Amino acid sequence: MKKKFLSAFLCISMLATLISGCGATNAASKSGSVKDGGTEGTEGTEAKAKVEVTTAGDSTGAHFQMWSFVAMHNAFYASMVEKWNQENPTKKIYVTFTTYPYADMHDKLLLSLQSGTGAPDLCDVEVGQFPNVVAGEKKWLYPLDDALTPYKDSMVKSRLDIYSKNGHNYGIDFHVGATVMYYNAALLEQYGIDYTQIKTWADYEAAGQKLKEASNGSVYMTSVDTGGTDWMWLAMAEKGEDWTGGEKGKANVELDSVKTMLTMQQKWLKEGIAEISPDGQVDIEAGYQNILNHKVASFPKALWYMSRFLNYMPEEKGNWALAKCPVFEEGDTQSVGIGGTGTVVTQQSKNPKLAAEFLTYAKCSLEGEKQIWEQLGFDVCNTQLWTDTSITQDTSNKYISFFRTNPFDILNSIKGSIGQISVTKISPTINDQMCTTTLNQVLENGKNVDDALKKAQDAIKLEE
Amino acid sequence: MKRKKSILYSKKAAPYIFILPFLLSFAFFWIYPLFSTIKMSFQDIQPAQTTFVGFDNYKKLLIDPAFHIAVGNSFEYMLLTCVILIPIPMLFAVLMDSNLVKAKGVWKAILYLPALTSVVISGTLFRLMFSEYDTGQMNILMHMFGFASIKWLKFKATGLGALLILACWRWTGVNMLYFLSGLKGIDKSLYESAEIDGANAWNKFRFITFPLLKPTSIYVLTISVYAGLAMFLESFMLWAGNSSPNNIGLTIVGYLYKRGIEKNQLGYASAIGLVLLVIALIINMVQLVLNGTFKKEAD
Repeated sequence: MKKKFLSAFLCISMLATLISGCGATNAASKSGSVKDGGTEGTEGTEAKAKVEVTTAGDSTGAHFQMWSFVAMHNAFYASMVEKWNQENPTKKIYVTFTTYPYADMHDKLLLSLQSGTGAPDLCDVEVGQFPNVVAGEKKWLYPLDDALTPYKDSMVKSRLDIYSKNGHNYGIDFHVGATVMYYNAALLEQYGIDYTQIKTWADYEAAGQKLKEASNGSVYMTSVDTGGTDWMWLAMAEKGEDWTGGEKGKANVELDSVKTMLTMQQKWLKEGIAEISPDGQVDIEAGYQNILNHKVASFPKALWYMSRFLNYMPEEKGNWALAKCPVFEEGDTQSVGIGGTGTVVTQQSKNPKLAAEFLTYAKCSLEGEKQIWEQLGFDVCNTQLWTDTSITQDTSNKYISFFRTNPFDILNSIKGSIGQISVTKISPTINDQMCTTTLNQVLENGKNVDDALKKAQDAIKLEE
Repeated sequence: MKRKKSILYSKKAAPYIFILPFLLSFAFFWIYPLFSTIKMSFQDIQPAQTTFVGFDNYKKLLIDPAFHIAVGNSFEYMLLTCVILIPIPMLFAVLMDSNLVKAKGVWKAILYLPALTSVVISGTLFRLMFSEYDTGQMNILMHMFGFASIKWLKFKATGLGALLILACWRWTGVNMLYFLSGLKGIDKSLYESAEIDGANAWNKFRFITFPLLKPTSIYVLTISVYAGLAMFLESFMLWAGNSSPNNIGLTIVGYLYKRGIEKNQLGYASAIGLVLLVIALIINMVQLVLNGTFKKEAD
C-alpha cells in the first residue's frame, strides 16, 4: 500500500513539473547564449549580450517581426513606430523587436532566407555581412526603390550604392560612418601632450613616445586591433587604395598602405607605445573597460562610436575630444566610412510594401534622421542635417555636450575627404582572413609583414 | 474487419510493425540526409540556383589551408583524448571496483556529474576561467605561484591544454562508467584462483582485468575516435565562435559549420562532412581489424 502511494505521488509530481516547465513566457526578456568579452570588470552591460524581445505600436495594426544585433537600434525603431502610427492612423503597425548577438542573428537570417521560412519582416544587416544577404537579391529581399523615391535626392549616394545590386536598392543605412581620432584630452594634458598638434602619423608616434616616457609605460597612446580591420581601412583610404578591388576587380591585400600601417603598428608594439586591444578591438566590453581604466589615450573610430561612450562610459564626460585622423602625408584623404547597418525588408513579409514605407520613413525622412542623431549619435546620410545649425550647435544635445569638440565641426571639415572601401562578395573572406589569422600573426606573433600578407593573399585567391 | 484484425495479430507482421517507427525515423533522419549530402557535395549551392560541379569541392579541400588546420586540430584532439581518456578512467574504474575506495557512490556521482552539465554553459564558464585578464581564474592561480598572467586562449599549446582540461573534466566519469560495467562482467572466481597462485595486484590487473576488458576498451576506443574527430561544441564555446586566433581551435565540424551556415556554402560543407565520415570510418576499421574484432572465434 505504501509503495503504491509513493509511486503514485512520484508520478504526479513528475507530471506536474513537466507541465509547469512547458509554460510559455511572452514578450518578457529571454536570456539566450551569453556572448561577451570575458571580462569581470564591467557591470550593467547586459543589453549587448542577451536575446531581448520588446514590442511597440498598436496591436490592431499590421504585425511585423524585426531583428537587430544592437539593442539601441531596436529602441530607436520602436520610437519611430510610435511616430509612424501617430502620422499614419490608417496604416498602423505593431512591431515585435528581437535583439540577438551579432553572429547568431546573421546566421539565423541566412538560414531562414535560404530555407524560405522563419525570416523576419525587417532585419538589420551589418555592412560586412551584406554581400552574403544580398546574394539572394529579389528572391530573398524586397527592393526598396519605390519607398526611397521621396528621399533619394538628399541622401549621400555612396551610402545607398553600398546596399544596392544590379540596379536595385535593398538596404538602408543609418550613417556615413566617418572615422575620426578620439583623444582622451584630459589624460594627455596630464602628461603634457597637446593632441591638436598631431597632423601626421610621425607626429602621432612622437607623441606616443613622449606619453610612454612621461607615464612610465602605464598609459599607451593607443591599442592596435587583432580582431578588426578599421586601422587597415583608414590606411587604405588615406592612400586611395582598396583591397577588395571594387565591384569588378580582384582582391589584393598586399598593398603598400596595408604594409606600411602593419609595420608601423609592429614598431609601436615593440617600443611600448601601443598595446594589443584586449579581446581584439575597442567596440566590445573589454574595450570599454580598457578606456575606463585609462590604459589607452586615443584610438581611431567612426563617429558612431560616440554612442558607446554615452552608454557604456558615461564617467568619461568632458574628457574626450574628436579630431581629424593623422595622415601619412599632407594631401592624403582624411577619413574613411566604416561600419554601417543596412536594414532590409524580406520577401517573406506579408506586407513588404508597408514595411518598406515604414523603413524609409524611419531612416531617411528628416524626422527620422533627426531622431537618429539625437538617440544614436550617428553622422546621418541626409546631408541637410549637417548644416542645420539648430541641430549642430545645440549644446543641450547629449552627444555634443559629452565631448570637448563638436562632432559636426569635424564632419564638415572632412566633408569632401571621406574615402570609401567597397563591400563586395570577397569582403567577408578578407575580413575573416585578417581577423582570424593575419593580424594575429603579425601583431601577436611578430611575423614578417610581407610573408603574412602573401599567405593571406593565397588563401583569399582560393575563394574568388 | 476480420482481415484487418488478423494483420495486427499476425505473428509474421508483428515484428515489422514494431520496428516501423524506428525504421521510418531512421530513413528520414539518417538515410535520406546521407544520400542528400553525397549529392550536395558534388554541387555548388547558391541562393538563386544550384549547379553541378563534379569534384571541384573536393579539389578545393585538398588545397584549403584552413581545412588542413582543422583536420590537424581534430586529429591532435582525438589522439590526446584517446591517450588520456582511456587509461585514466580505466584506472578509476578498477579503483572503484576494489576495496581501496570508501563511499563509492559519492565518488561515482562526483566524477559523473560534469557529464550531465550543458556543454554550452560549461564551455562558457571555462572560457571565462581561462580569460587573458588578471582577474581570470587561471591567472589568479598563476599569480599565486608567482607567474605572470598568460593569454591562455590565444596560443596553440595553452589553448589545446584548456580544451583538454574541459574534455577530461567532462568525459572521465562517462568512460569510467563504461569500464565499471565491463568490470562487472569479469568472474570474481578468476581473481580468487589467481591469488591462490600467488599473483599480486599488478599481475591480476595485467593478466585478468586488462584482457577481459578488451571488448569494453575497443568500444570506448571506437567512440572516442569518432567523438574526438567530430568534436564541435567544446571548442565552439571555448572560443565563443569559430574565430579562434590563427584558427587554433578550429575543428572539422567547426569548419563545416563555418562554411555551411556562416558562409552559406552548403555544397562545400557537405564535402567536408563526407570527408570526415570517410576519415572516421577508415581509422575505426583499421583499429577494429587490428584488435581482432572481425576474426572468427578461435576454434
